[in-house]
Amino acid sequence: MAVITPDNRGLRLVVRYAVLTLIAIIFIFPLLFMGMSSLKPDQQLLADTSSLRAFLPVGDLSLENYREAFERAPVGLFVFNSVLVTGTTVLLSLAICSLAAFSFTYLEWRGRGLILSIILATLIIPFETIAIPLLLLVSKLPWIGFEGLEWGWLNSYRVQIIPWIADGLTIFLFVQYFKDLPRELIEAARVEGASWFQIYYKVVMPLAGPVLATAAILKFLVMYNQYLWPLIVVQQESYRPVMVGLQYFFQLNIAWGEVMAYLTLITVPVLAFYLVLQRAFIASIASTGVKG
Amino acid sequence: MASKLTRSTGAGWAFALPGFGLIALFIIVPFFFAFGLSLTNQRLISPNPTEYVGFENYRDLLSLSVITLEPERDDSGAVIRDEDGEIEYPRVRTITRSDDFPQYRGMREWFRWQSAETARVVIASDVVFMKALVNTLMFVLVVAPVQGGLALILALLINQKLRGINIYRAIYFMPVVVSIVVVSLLWRFIYDGNDGLLNNLLSAITFGGWQPVDWLGNPDTALGSIMAMSIWQAVGFHMVIWLSGLQTISPTLYEAAEIEGASKWQTFRYVTWPGLRNTAVLVLIVITMQAFALFAQIDVMTNGGPLDSTQTVVFQAVERGYGKQDISGGSTISVILFLLVLTISLIQRWLTREK
Repeated sequence: MAVITPDNRGLRLVVRYAVLTLIAIIFIFPLLFMGMSSLKPDQQLLADTSSLRAFLPVGDLSLENYREAFERAPVGLFVFNSVLVTGTTVLLSLAICSLAAFSFTYLEWRGRGLILSIILATLIIPFETIAIPLLLLVSKLPWIGFEGLEWGWLNSYRVQIIPWIADGLTIFLFVQYFKDLPRELIEAARVEGASWFQIYYKVVMPLAGPVLATAAILKFLVMYNQYLWPLIVVQQESYRPVMVGLQYFFQLNIAWGEVMAYLTLITVPVLAFYLVLQRAFIASIASTGVKG
Repeated sequence: MASKLTRSTGAGWAFALPGFGLIALFIIVPFFFAFGLSLTNQRLISPNPTEYVGFENYRDLLSLSVITLEPERDDSGAVIRDEDGEIEYPRVRTITRSDDFPQYRGMREWFRWQSAETARVVIASDVVFMKALVNTLMFVLVVAPVQGGLALILALLINQKLRGINIYRAIYFMPVVVSIVVVSLLWRFIYDGNDGLLNNLLSAITFGGWQPVDWLGNPDTALGSIMAMSIWQAVGFHMVIWLSGLQTISPTLYEAAEIEGASKWQTFRYVTWPGLRNTAVLVLIVITMQAFALFAQIDVMTNGGPLDSTQTVVFQAVERGYGKQDISGGSTISVILFLLVLTISLIQRWLTREK
């Protein structure tokens, strides 16, 4: 058996931390580079890439790149669109998926098992395999707007929101959580004459905090980072979200300072949100792993 | 008793309907739509009515053939060679454009090899799609095991009891919350051929002995570079799934292994790994599905180039279905993609089944 002396225990500890830190640097350096570069003029930004200065806030720092990014593209509008689409979808998704999961868990009705299996089976369909037929479908759907009946959903907020509200994973997460709630609560409320909707709203939902957080975080990440779908269904600038707005910065001679400013601007809020709610974020991803 | 309290067909349907209706309309209908559309010539906007065309779209994408070319000979029957001594062959288009071979019409050369004096040429009806298929399969075959393996190593590192370990976990997971679009644009700079951070780093490590590489501009390195970046971005996601698997393994098993005097490797081999079975299957299937969907990285970084070396199946589907408004072509690619994902997932299930 190895002799554990204070010395070699100390050394092993140092080695462990060194390995962990080295790996941490690999994960952090591109993001650090992004933030620092966004503050530097292009010329310095490029010159700094040959040394560690690339990761340090040194030299001629200013918010000039941010100002120029706002001039090049309607950044405020893109952010507004993303927040509107993401926020609306998350809220509607929580309401509609939890209601469906409530029905699957507590109510007995004909066809319940079959419908739930069909919903779970959709988990094996990657979105990328339905994007193109869905594009055709939404281009033909009707809508009743202020000007009466119109056809086609392209170039709108609804085309970015409605198809993403319900999904198998969210319903599954709620079902898993509801299963573990004590059934006596529901039965007691039922005996007292509460309606099903009252039970859902007043008994179950107040207990659903953790799963609401999980489902909201997962939906938030999917929606805010959406790229392929808005790319193909929204051509009008006025409805574009932040990720598609990036295309304003693709050009022959990329102004890297502006790009870095835009990237930082759309990433930092998410990172900040993540760092504050770190445990909840990681727990949400972990909970998708229980489905096995 | 309880069942009487919970039986409620009307409310049950009413509560489930909004969710199920949306899933049916926006996932199930387009899924079956894809199969139907792939048998037609549907376009996004077209003045002509849509027609049923059978399996024509599949033939246009997937037809493959091998043709044999005999060397050009001079009048005496000797093989003609060019200045470098290479055998000269008739051009492939003399066959693919000839009326004698209507079955090869419109096909183009994909690659060829030579055996003795004859050359064998693989011709395909859609060479770009063939390259996209091969690239996508390569991407899956590399990314699935490497990303899964690295994620497991990270999970084992993070599973130690050390002060501050949660900070490391938070950092390793960080790229997962950043959009792949942002990451791709950022890494375009890292991979840049002139001022790229990667070239500068390699140059610093080798004291200037490194010749800069245009990572994304070179057909030999472009796909590999995108693989590396994709692994970097998503490895934290799978680390967390492995971690949740590790935490389901009972500590008493580890205590028993320690009492038995098992080495670290033996403990991993006989306690940890068997306990991770289900997690392993899940990680593998999730990575595979994500890898087949490769699109944003390509769209932001290379647009399929250089020389089609980073074409992928989804990129092709979007280019047709959206770029060229050829809905039926895009749908056909979607169906092929779904069948691929399904096949690979079933094979993985079968390989990792309980014995």
